[in-house]
Amino acid sequence: MLLAEPKHVVAPGELLAEGDHLLGDNAYRIGTQIFSACVGLFEVDGNRVTVVPLKGGYIPRVGDLVAGRVIDIGLSGWTVDIRSPYLAMLPASETPGPRGPRRRDLSTTFDVGDMMLSEVLAFDRTRDPLLTIKGPGLGKISTGRVVEISAAKIPRLIGRKGSMISMLKNETGCQITVGQNGIAFVWGKSPENERLAVEAIYMVEREAHTRGLTDRIREMIAKSNVVGEIARTQTA
Amino acid sequence: MPEPKQPEKLIDEKGLRIDGRRLDQLRPIKLEVGILDKADGSAYIEQGKNKILAAVYGPREAHPKHIALPERAVIRCRYHMAPFSVDERKSPAPSRREMELSKVIRESLEPVVLTELYPRTMIDLFVEILQSDGGSRCAGITAASLALADAGIPMREIVAACAVGKIEGKLALDLSDAEDKYGEADLPVALVPNSSMITLLQMDGSLTPSEFERGLGMAVEACKAIHSMQREALKKKYHEIKEVVEEKEESEVIA
Repeated sequence: MLLAEPKHVVAPGELLAEGDHLLGDNAYRIGTQIFSACVGLFEVDGNRVTVVPLKGGYIPRVGDLVAGRVIDIGLSGWTVDIRSPYLAMLPASETPGPRGPRRRDLSTTFDVGDMMLSEVLAFDRTRDPLLTIKGPGLGKISTGRVVEISAAKIPRLIGRKGSMISMLKNETGCQITVGQNGIAFVWGKSPENERLAVEAIYMVEREAHTRGLTDRIREMIAKSNVVGEIARTQTA
Repeated sequence: MPEPKQPEKLIDEKGLRIDGRRLDQLRPIKLEVGILDKADGSAYIEQGKNKILAAVYGPREAHPKHIALPERAVIRCRYHMAPFSVDERKSPAPSRREMELSKVIRESLEPVVLTELYPRTMIDLFVEILQSDGGSRCAGITAASLALADAGIPMREIVAACAVGKIEGKLALDLSDAEDKYGEADLPVALVPNSSMITLLQMDGSLTPSEFERGLGMAVEACKAIHSMQREALKKKYHEIKEVVEEKEESEVIA
């Protein structure tokens, strides 16, 4: 039996459901009652009750695509900031090039401050996350725009089966890559397109808990395109 | 500035207190959530003349590293009174009292936070008293637990706190500064409402066992009232955005 309105904002400690439900993320059970454990949107998927958080940091999960910034170079790898409470390591063995310590100058591959797109190779409660850049599309990122938003809003930015992100790509004509840790890269044909895409991403972050967001964003982009068109013809 | 004079009477003939409240009445409370941009979570409370800001950072990398625990996050709390928060300038250095309150606030919130989800990390909690008017530890807890929730940190429940005291032989809810100073007892209580768990219970002055029991009951009821205000404040932030954008859309559809 559901005791809270699905798709509505719930607070920690709010009673969500009672009885035979499966326990999803950010919910906990006392006896037969299920309560929320954070501020978020109450979602029901079949028999499973979950709370989709509206805020919160990034906790790595194996297989996640994450964007990071190199903050230190060690003997056999790099320390990478992935906007989580745990510092990540990218071992030299997970990059192309000769193996073994001191075989090459690691700063020629990644220097401090470089951005990269990587995958979480291993992580558990006892050890810091390990990254890899072996894989298609992974590696150093030296062009494009970096957009930082809350990691909790990433599922909304991607949308159900990628609906939101593919709409954004189509409507703005930009290539967008989204890291699970709340960093997105945007590459566009013109600065205007990029600005529009960035704006749209911020709009998703701000209004993540509202309904009809995809349509509203499509409209916003269409409007800006028209305004841009008029401005261009006037200056011409 | 001289110490404010002791009022002649804390309760008048009609049974009202110096600020015109009944004995079982809370001071007016204003709660706001998410008012600081740079903190991960924040909350502001006005309770009577109390003005308190709470900010949360984290979970983040533990610093210094040796304080990190392998099985859970550590919570650090700093309760601090601004130099201008009281009648006479207060030295900004942490006093004995502030250290004690930092500890009790931390311990009243630790049981509800799911710290085991974030091993080896640290959660920082700042409670800044901008203006003090009695009962600031309780108001601080109320604000701090809202700030934790606002930061998106998983927690079992929101904690609410409220004090009960004795003035002129009668139990009174939510003591103000003068009532606290010239009354006979003060009993601050923090409550985790759904599980009826008490996470803070202190007392100074003296109460008889029956007074204590009645007083505790009054405080628990008040905490429940404060708890529903907290919930509302937490959701209000999101409802406001939702209303604005969804309304705009509806009006566009009609037009």
